[in-house]
Amino acid sequence: MRKLRYREALREAIAEEMERDPNVFLMGEEVGYYQGAYKVTEGLLERFGAERVVDAPIAESGFAGLGIGAAMVGLRPIIEFMTWNFSAVAFDQILNNAAKVRQMSGGQFTCPIVFRGPNGVARQTGAQHSQSFDAIYAYIPGVKVVAPATPADAKGLLKSAIRDENPVIFLEDERLYGVTGEVPDGEHLVPIGVSNLVRQGATATVVTWGKMLPAVLAAAETLGREGVECAVIDLRSLRPLDLAPVYASVAETGRALVVQEGWPYGGVGAEVVDRLQRECFAQLRAPVLRVTGRDASMPYNKHLEDLSIPSAETVVRGVRAVLAY
Amino acid sequence: MASEVSDELGALHRQMVLIRRFEEAAAKAYSQGKIGGFLHLYIGQEASAVGALAALRETDYVVGTYRDHGIGLAKGMTPRACMAELFGKVTGCSKGLGGSMHYFDADKRMLGGYGIVGGHVPLAAGVAFKAKYKNTGEVTVCFLGDGAVSIGDFHEALSLAALWKLPLVTIVENNEYSMGTPLSRTMSVPDSSQKALAYGMARDRFHAHDVLEVKARVGEAVKRARESSLPTLIEIQTYRYRGHSMSDPGKYRSAEEIEARKKDDCVLRAEAALRAQGRDDAYFAALEAEIEAIVEDAVRFADESAEPGEELIEAYTYA
Repeated sequence: MRKLRYREALREAIAEEMERDPNVFLMGEEVGYYQGAYKVTEGLLERFGAERVVDAPIAESGFAGLGIGAAMVGLRPIIEFMTWNFSAVAFDQILNNAAKVRQMSGGQFTCPIVFRGPNGVARQTGAQHSQSFDAIYAYIPGVKVVAPATPADAKGLLKSAIRDENPVIFLEDERLYGVTGEVPDGEHLVPIGVSNLVRQGATATVVTWGKMLPAVLAAAETLGREGVECAVIDLRSLRPLDLAPVYASVAETGRALVVQEGWPYGGVGAEVVDRLQRECFAQLRAPVLRVTGRDASMPYNKHLEDLSIPSAETVVRGVRAVLAY
Repeated sequence: MASEVSDELGALHRQMVLIRRFEEAAAKAYSQGKIGGFLHLYIGQEASAVGALAALRETDYVVGTYRDHGIGLAKGMTPRACMAELFGKVTGCSKGLGGSMHYFDADKRMLGGYGIVGGHVPLAAGVAFKAKYKNTGEVTVCFLGDGAVSIGDFHEALSLAALWKLPLVTIVENNEYSMGTPLSRTMSVPDSSQKALAYGMARDRFHAHDVLEVKARVGEAVKRARESSLPTLIEIQTYRYRGHSMSDPGKYRSAEEIEARKKDDCVLRAEAALRAQGRDDAYFAALEAEIEAIVEDAVRFADESAEPGEELIEAYTYA
């Protein structure tokens, strides 16, 4: 197996799908001549031409909506948001058009479109550029939401997203773009809606996704040296949500912790906790706890930023709190 | 023998009468509690959709607002499917899941009525983008109201359509009121087609009194889109006789104003032209009887159709 950076894995997925299907095109700010704000799309303009790698002006609602219209009549757009923060001005297009057109038309129209870009905190980019949109989009029936944590999942999930008949919210991560990992050779597809048990453990179950996975795995290593063995489950897809491996693990551990980067109010973690208390009430030996981002807009200061999202240390404390019951 | 011109005018007049009688029947059904939610009638504006869509081929696309009954019928949707949708029945065009504001017909290339003002204009640009991307020669027509000219999506869509030279005809149906607020209080200029200037886009502006003129003028924009892949912004000046929706008390305009506007009525004008060309009372009586039967059939069909089952609530959430 080869090792690829996360951004290279994404690029390979886009290129392979554009090669396979002439209806796939890429549109977004700086995706072409600039070679991608985060270099995900480097080289694609030269390879596929300006008709299929389309530099858009700063008009997120306009080009998101344009993609939706194109998807309704047979194209398969990949719409890049430079960051998901900028999707807020296109929220109406995703909420009211992409997610609803199939229902409103009685099933006559589908919307096979991928919206992708980096999500969540980057590095000291301040309050307006450091937001996690997981919960906001996962709330909406009619869209699928995925958040790959590894290069292999980034490639496999993006290929599946491009082939999906529904709108897919594809949450990447600026802090993960440079991370390397093994990616299988040849055609590599990861199905949407299947979570992944990435670490075995019988003491406690930790559920996470996206950029929190490295912090959770580091915490699990630390706890492992003390004889506390954590099972770690990477959700990968936030809608639909596959909690079967979580239920199986909790049947063994009786204790669970959910780790999310985003704000604590509501959210995907809260959804996981709700389902766990209903499905695993008899097996649980402690309340399910969450380690989340702080309930505040992101401060610019580096020290305060570090304190505002979960870290390996806060995850270790979270597991200990679950075990203390 | 009727001339070719009057044959065409006769067909367009018939469509306008159908829309008007359909809308009158919808209003009646609404007052009887058979239609719920919002109901935005097209009465008074018929020449706009009928004339504009007469300039299209069947393979061309149309995207509309929530005032979409006239657009749907003019694009060839059946009165039965349209009325049943208003009644929320499973035989409706969207199986009763859409309602008055969300008419769709994939076969007729009616890509929907949309309820968020201006939010559909980028979609229409995307449909036009597909035609250019695949080089199909199809044209997309997008209708919106004068109230949508102030919202960002309208401008973003026009900006992109002009930048990328998309075969899109955007028609602002200026019926003078954004719900209950006159244009003079929502826009700094009286002519919304001026918005095209900043985008370097072709524009046109005219009244919807004469349905044949609407067809001819929109036809020029359609030709520009089809042959040169260039967008056009058109303002069609029109007027709705009924309220914004059925719940509109209409306190923002006078009865005199409405009566004065009815003197320019597009249906009566077409009728007068047809009479001048030799159509007689018997022709119009027969036409009214035929349309009445179609609309009565649509209402009966809607009334007798089944409600959608509970299994449809989530059935179309995902493909």
